[in-house]
Amino acid sequence: MPELSRRQFLQGTAGVAGGAVGLAAFGFDAEAAIREVRSTRIEQATETRTLCPYCAVGCSMLAYTIGGSSSNTHPVLVHIEGDPDSPINEGTLCPKGASTLQLAVNAKRAKYPMYRQPGGDQWERISWDDAVGKMARWMKDSRDEHFTETDEDGNTVNRQTGFSFLGGATISNEEGYLTAKLMRALGTVYLEQQARV
Amino acid sequence: MTNHWRDFKNSDVILVIGANPAENHPCGWKWAHVGRDERGTRIIHVDPRFTRTSAIADVFVPIRAGTDVAFFAGLINYVLENELHQEDYVKLHTNASFIVSEDFTFDDGLFSGYDEAERTYDSSSWDYERDEEKAEGEEGPDPGLGQGTSPGAAAFAKVDPTLADPRCVFRLMKEHYRRYTPAMVSQITGIPEDKFLRVAEEFCSTGTADRAGSVVYAVGLTHHTSGVQIIRGAGILQLLLGNVGIPGGGVNAERGHANIQGNTDNAISWEILPGYLAIPRAGMETLDDYVEQIPAKALRPESINYFGSNYKKFLVSLLKAWFGDEATEGNDFAYTWLPKPAQNSSWLTIHDEARAGRLDGIIYGGFTGVTVGPDSTRMAESLGNLRWMVIMDPLPTSASEFWRAPGVDPASVQTEALFLPTTHWIEKSGSFTNSGRWAQWKHAVLPAEGEIRDDNWVLGSVYQELKRLYEDEGGAFPDPLLALRWPYSDPLNPPLEELAKEVNGVDLTTGEQLPSFAELADDGTTSSGNWIYAGSWTEEGNQMDRRGTEDPTGLGFFPEWCWSWPLNRRILYNRASADGEGRPWDPTRPGIQWNGSAWTGDVPDFPADSDPADGQGAFIMTGEGVGRLFAPLTLTTDGPFPEHYEQTESPIHNLVSSIRRNPVTFLYEGAPASFAEDDSEYPYVATTYRVTEHEHYVTQNVPYLVETMPDFFVELPVELAAEKGIDNGSQVRVRSKRGEVVGVAMVTKRMRPLRVGDGKVVYQVGIPVHWHYAGGKGEGSQAPMMANLLTPYIGDANVRTPEYKGFLVNVEKA
Repeated sequence: MPELSRRQFLQGTAGVAGGAVGLAAFGFDAEAAIREVRSTRIEQATETRTLCPYCAVGCSMLAYTIGGSSSNTHPVLVHIEGDPDSPINEGTLCPKGASTLQLAVNAKRAKYPMYRQPGGDQWERISWDDAVGKMARWMKDSRDEHFTETDEDGNTVNRQTGFSFLGGATISNEEGYLTAKLMRALGTVYLEQQARV
Repeated sequence: MTNHWRDFKNSDVILVIGANPAENHPCGWKWAHVGRDERGTRIIHVDPRFTRTSAIADVFVPIRAGTDVAFFAGLINYVLENELHQEDYVKLHTNASFIVSEDFTFDDGLFSGYDEAERTYDSSSWDYERDEEKAEGEEGPDPGLGQGTSPGAAAFAKVDPTLADPRCVFRLMKEHYRRYTPAMVSQITGIPEDKFLRVAEEFCSTGTADRAGSVVYAVGLTHHTSGVQIIRGAGILQLLLGNVGIPGGGVNAERGHANIQGNTDNAISWEILPGYLAIPRAGMETLDDYVEQIPAKALRPESINYFGSNYKKFLVSLLKAWFGDEATEGNDFAYTWLPKPAQNSSWLTIHDEARAGRLDGIIYGGFTGVTVGPDSTRMAESLGNLRWMVIMDPLPTSASEFWRAPGVDPASVQTEALFLPTTHWIEKSGSFTNSGRWAQWKHAVLPAEGEIRDDNWVLGSVYQELKRLYEDEGGAFPDPLLALRWPYSDPLNPPLEELAKEVNGVDLTTGEQLPSFAELADDGTTSSGNWIYAGSWTEEGNQMDRRGTEDPTGLGFFPEWCWSWPLNRRILYNRASADGEGRPWDPTRPGIQWNGSAWTGDVPDFPADSDPADGQGAFIMTGEGVGRLFAPLTLTTDGPFPEHYEQTESPIHNLVSSIRRNPVTFLYEGAPASFAEDDSEYPYVATTYRVTEHEHYVTQNVPYLVETMPDFFVELPVELAAEKGIDNGSQVRVRSKRGEVVGVAMVTKRMRPLRVGDGKVVYQVGIPVHWHYAGGKGEGSQAPMMANLLTPYIGDANVRTPEYKGFLVNVEKA
């Protein structure tokens, strides 16, 4: 027997379950119906391998997008499911993993940088240039004001205690590594993430 | 985890404690079900609540929150009294035979060296007897900065392989745990004595060579002032039973975020640099000082002491990755540029500094201090005292909106803030490392829409702007910032593939990707951003993106699926899976075995060609060369053996000593006044937890999940509800000394009243953590629904993990 891919198998059983065999018994030509059920919403989609963003089981996921290849178009995420090849989750997902499409495509996502002034009662839209400019200015001023080259015992300590970075459990190793590299080069000692919570 | 998810199927008995994996890690936990179906794996669940994990367990045991040290101590005592330990393993692979200094004592809850005024120990007496005097000039312990210092001088420890010496670790341990009789454990924990004995009998049956037992826990087990000692208790038990290093065994932490393991490895943690290298301390002026004082020294002639002996290579290679050509032998490889903290700088301390007005700003990258707590009111106060705050997140959080939280007048909050919309995981590539240390690569599925930018874009752009500012204006010590190696093809948004290669490491003479950390050098000829990831992206390409589905041993190692640190090893300490001759303890379940010329099976956690006849120690990461039943010197702040203390807030006195609370926990300014001294006003024990439909706080933004688990609730026993006239489904108010929450009462028989001490009845209350004012049903609501409004501002004596579990509350109809 030739090896069936998982999707060929699913499509085949879907055809049977769809009633093609039953209809043939009544003399209908079932060919058109079989072709019909072969069309799934992911048939034309691009499959990309990703991972679940929630807990640390590390479930592999397959994400399906349609479109986005021509200019001025954006791919549409149509479906996410567990990756059956993974020796960890073998295609399964929990309620959170199964609904990640709604996390990815979410109306509440912030769409542009925002600034809140002291005492202000709302966020105000600003440009990325202004946002980066403000952030760098705050970091520099706080660092310069709270930088200790030598402590009171005469030890070289080269630390800044003006600001802290917290986070990292939701970003990749590579982003986390860059964070630690930059923060330590700035002399940051208040560097923490979610390991203790 | 020492082992990994799929390995649960290799266990004979799994002890789940302080975790609810059937609810919170279901797709990994299913391997326990496979074990049950295929080999009859028995499952024991110990928890304050009867949960979905209890429902599929063979034995469920209710426990009073916060008494886990006593529970493990009772099991250790049961093993020792009944001689159920795996004797050959214990003699070969643990420090049972090491002789402890005559100066080490323990009396009524206190170890030798306690300083009551400072609330610290001088741990110099917690040492082994040595073959000779300590070398001159050795530094003493440094309790203020916590764990991780070198266990003393290079003089070897004395041992008695017969375990007859009354001062050997084994005998001292037996004496220490003699007090934890089943009756005593029952009185402390509330576990009925017959149930405790049933668990003890069942789990301790794995102390034979042909049985494997696994301890599985989650962050809940660490949420205590003695959290480190609870985990030590699990480790000691597993070493005694011969369960460390073997398939189906181990001490296995299930972690809660997709990359919490990875970014602990990469050291977004105040006390470490990538690869668990200690952050240097003030006074370690040179690289030589650091290398002299930090790495472990071999404490036995047979100890390989791999970590300790190669520490300098790992640090120098890291400095080369960070500072490139600016790190030279002439400038100590830029060692002095590394910051040296003045004090514990964990995030409880960070928010305390903010509250005191000593910290200007916080950058939160996917983190929200307010809901994370503890004592959310105090956390919000801290944020309100900042000059500035930057939020990098895809979605609004309780921290980004704290200035307009219920009851807060925005005009009163002077904190200036930026919200920077960043990409989700699905809009970029990169690797996540799971609980089992498997680093898996993902591919970008979608481009970012509109003005949403990558986290790396923010870091890269801010770095370029800072460089410009320092070049134009000067400022405090800009050297490390200006010298930082930044060779990325897009300096504004460093590509993740280039970073992954940098993390792996490079032979700087040939330019080739390194295959292993064994190739790292301390002379500046190699670079590696994180030595434990060396081998993840080699000349053969990205090993983390591998998709091989072969399982040659049938034990579930899947060596060609992704890549696990270190060196694609699937079970840590796996040399201990074999005996002195290199034969597996259990031939049906070999970790590694000696074939006469090499170790085969899993990737050996041991030199691949080290003949067992040479007798080298199995635990290559410790100076002892063996597993530690006794943790000497500064490895912990609160004692070489785990000892039970009551929680910060508890309904009874300590029954095993007169020392009520952990005597060395750090007390933050003003916090003790918010702790209940007894149970007169707050009689019930509360614990917090998670549900399967939600992950912390972000899922409040996911409509399907809000629909399936819509509302904040409080779980309480039927007996308590009846006493208070609280109906199932009605509103209940829960108060602690710090705050209150109001939610739907879920009156349940799943939380049983426990009898503790001399028969006192204790009720426990369960409170899930997910709801708040910045999303889901909580958005726009004035109702207090953040569990951490209730929790105390205090952390573990070693690592300052907050005590989210086992605090006192009162309840009433709302």
